[in-house]
Amino acid sequence: MAEDLENIPSITVKEPLDLVRLSLDERIYVKMRNDREIRGRLHAYDQHMNMILSDAEETITTVEIDEETYEEVYRTTKRNIPMLFVRGDGVILVSPPMRTS
Amino acid sequence: CFIRFFKSLVGKDVVVELKNDLSICGTLHSVDQYLNIKLTDISVTDTEKYPHMLSVKNCFIRGSVVRYVQLPADEVDTQLLQDSARKEASAPTR
Repeated sequence: MAEDLENIPSITVKEPLDLVRLSLDERIYVKMRNDREIRGRLHAYDQHMNMILSDAEETITTVEIDEETYEEVYRTTKRNIPMLFVRGDGVILVSPPMRTS
Repeated sequence: CFIRFFKSLVGKDVVVELKNDLSICGTLHSVDQYLNIKLTDISVTDTEKYPHMLSVKNCFIRGSVVRYVQLPADEVDTQLLQDSARKEASAPTR
């Protein structure tokens, strides 16, 4: 609060979708249903959370259970797609990318 | 903003991935307000182990079963998209 931020009078953040607007043309992380995640550059979105992402990388996480030892093995599959439209009804959350170390 | 975007892609080749994991490659014929999609000259991509539609040339896909639509990057004007998304976002009562 003590910082001197540039004031841009025309952009106000009033509702959650405005927060997404701040991420336009930035890389974001999208968590989706069915254990999928996408990282990509956000180009467009709408109130349904339909989105267009470029340079998208989709990660699908699966758990395989070993029948004998009953241990859970987590596997991930990745896919790169240059330009992707994502339908909003599959989206759970949108965030700036989390770089897990 | 997406309906206009898809209309600008009519005639281009896209890959539609459905929620049942089926991927269909085809030429975008038309799209409507629900983002229902009509594809012509389709072929099943992604290893034809999924329901073979060998005899199907054209199809109508209900918008709600689409998970992704894969587009070639060079058919998309990202600057235009970003500008219209910014404007739409500040007028959500569209």
